Amino acid sequence: MAFEPVREMKKLNYEELRIYSDAELKNYTEEELKSFKCKYEIPKLDELEKGPWPSFVSDAKQEALRRRKLSDDQILTHRDAVEDLLGQLELSFDEGETHWKHGGIVGVFGYGGGVIGRYSDLAEKYPSIAMFHTIRVNQPASKFYSTDFLKTICDMWEYRGSGLMNLHGSTGDLVLLGTTTEQLEPIFYELGHVLDTDIGGSGSNLRTPACCIGKARCEYACYDTQALCYELTNYYQDELHRPAFPYKFKFKFDGCPNGCVASIARSDMSFIGTWRDDIRIDQDAVKAYIAGDIVPNAGAHKGRDWGKFDIQKEVIDLCPSKCMSLEGDQLVIDNSECVRCMHCINTMPKALKPGVDTGISILLGAKAPILDGAQMATLMIPFMKAEAPYDNIKEFVEKVWEFWMEEGKNRERLGELMQRVTLPKFIETIGLPPAPQMVKAPRSNPYIFWKEEDVKGGWNRDINDYRSRHKR
Amino acid sequence: MASVNIAGREVELDEDGFMVNPDDWTEDCAKYFASGEGINELNDDHWKVIHYLRDYYKQFQIAPMIRKLCKETGCSLKYIYELFPSGPAKGSCKLAGLPKPTGCV
Ligand code: HEM
Ligand code: SF4
Ligand code: SF4
Repeated sequence: MAFEPVREMKKLNYEELRIYSDAELKNYTEEELKSFKCKYEIPKLDELEKGPWPSFVSDAKQEALRRRKLSDDQILTHRDAVEDLLGQLELSFDEGETHWKHGGIVGVFGYGGGVIGRYSDLAEKYPSIAMFHTIRVNQPASKFYSTDFLKTICDMWEYRGSGLMNLHGSTGDLVLLGTTTEQLEPIFYELGHVLDTDIGGSGSNLRTPACCIGKARCEYACYDTQALCYELTNYYQDELHRPAFPYKFKFKFDGCPNGCVASIARSDMSFIGTWRDDIRIDQDAVKAYIAGDIVPNAGAHKGRDWGKFDIQKEVIDLCPSKCMSLEGDQLVIDNSECVRCMHCINTMPKALKPGVDTGISILLGAKAPILDGAQMATLMIPFMKAEAPYDNIKEFVEKVWEFWMEEGKNRERLGELMQRVTLPKFIETIGLPPAPQMVKAPRSNPYIFWKEEDVKGGWNRDINDYRSRHKR
Repeated sequence: MASVNIAGREVELDEDGFMVNPDDWTEDCAKYFASGEGINELNDDHWKVIHYLRDYYKQFQIAPMIRKLCKETGCSLKYIYELFPSGPAKGSCKLAGLPKPTGCV
């Protein structure tokens, strides 16, 4: 089914929107680039131009050279920003210390986040990066772009920023690296009015959601990750732009347990596609794999000779729940024992497919180490359907938020709150019945809390009554 | 660091325009910061929020959590943004002379 946007998307035409001519964008020759010298001596960074990997130093020098040659009315911020950045970076390489000041609070009216303020602590030495704020731009789901969009945003950023970007930030945003406070509102205006694009999240709020490539290009996708990501991003715009939470909160959407957007490790609420019926088996294709007519893992291990494909060794013996077997030349799966780990499907994608009764698992609480240790997400909802308009999912999201917003301490991630109040209390509050799938193993210690109403006679006991039966 | 003259007194500001020393605050400071944060005139609700923030800061040496601010002043977050377009952190905390919010902003 073709993707249907919630609202009409604006059609961008770069030829109408462009700021620079082709000649201005390619305003230097290869010779000039070769003989380009940054206004500071940067011997350490120069070393990083060697070697086969694309060099960020070489890229920055190209940009620095282009900016040198643009005329004054074609750059609104500092033309030397890139060179000053390289200069300060070289100094940091020398000293092994950062030269950015602590913190920075800047932004755009109406929003409480989306811009990360930054100031150099050597503003006299590197005046062009005295202010060097970062703007997070909400990326399209799975980061599919048209060149019209990218060229337009590049022109805008050359004009009003440093020309440097990060495609993309770890959370997913398209990151514009380095501009001044005065340019923030104009940039925000142009993002909204020209590029039809909003800024992303930062601060104690819902951060920019991100998803794997999903149904757009992956036959494993168990739900439309892009549609759900886009829907929840739109639905929770207020929570994204105006921090109202105890701390940050992230959504990520993986179409299957392979986890290509790493939701289980990098989102407070992780949505992972799965299925609850049988793996679909094409027995003819299985035979073709066994015969060597199809390469295993779609050729992922072609770089080395691993011998002839051995279905017993590479699939059946590696199944974590040992629920597969060969009967004659028929592959058999005991789906009631399958944990949907993806291994067999990954190895023989032409023969095996996820089931058709698909949905999501929801896991909660992943976070980085600070404060009380790193966490991956814990399974909360083993299975839920994921179909537009996703009311069941929104209802769950809001129950979790309601509890965390009320009970969460200042700068306490959801995962830490879950630890503090304990899993039993947490699931009770958000209205989930306890299920064996929520734990890897039952507790090994006997410090078990009971609710008074579950214990016959309750907690109110009279010592004299006890003494009438047990003498001192 | 820059210093500005507010109603005859020198007040030191950081590059984001936050007061370096919260004890230097007077109501004139709030009036001075207002226009830079998109506020034409300070009304009773503005002052209610500002005074709440100052009292809380005096007592706990920290800005209150947003939820607490909304609950105690009776202002919804939406209304806080109507009062202070740049939000509670950049807007109202700056007007109240509180130190710059820090952390993973
Ligand atoms: C203020 C005084 C005391 C404190 C704070 C205290 C604290 C503790 C703590 C924290 C434990 C470990 C509980 C656990 O994790 O299982 C414990 C166990 C124990 N305490 Fe004390 N205790 C105190 C006094 C006493 C006295 C006076 C005795 C003996 C006359 C005693 C005998 C024991 C015994 C036998 C255990 C082991 C119980 C078990 O493992 O189930 N304690 N105590
Ligand atoms: S997570 Fe699964 S569905 Fe998504 S891109 Fe990766 S393999 Fe495909
Ligand atoms: S998905 Fe994993 S657990 Fe299920 S049958 Fe395949 S290898 Fe076994």
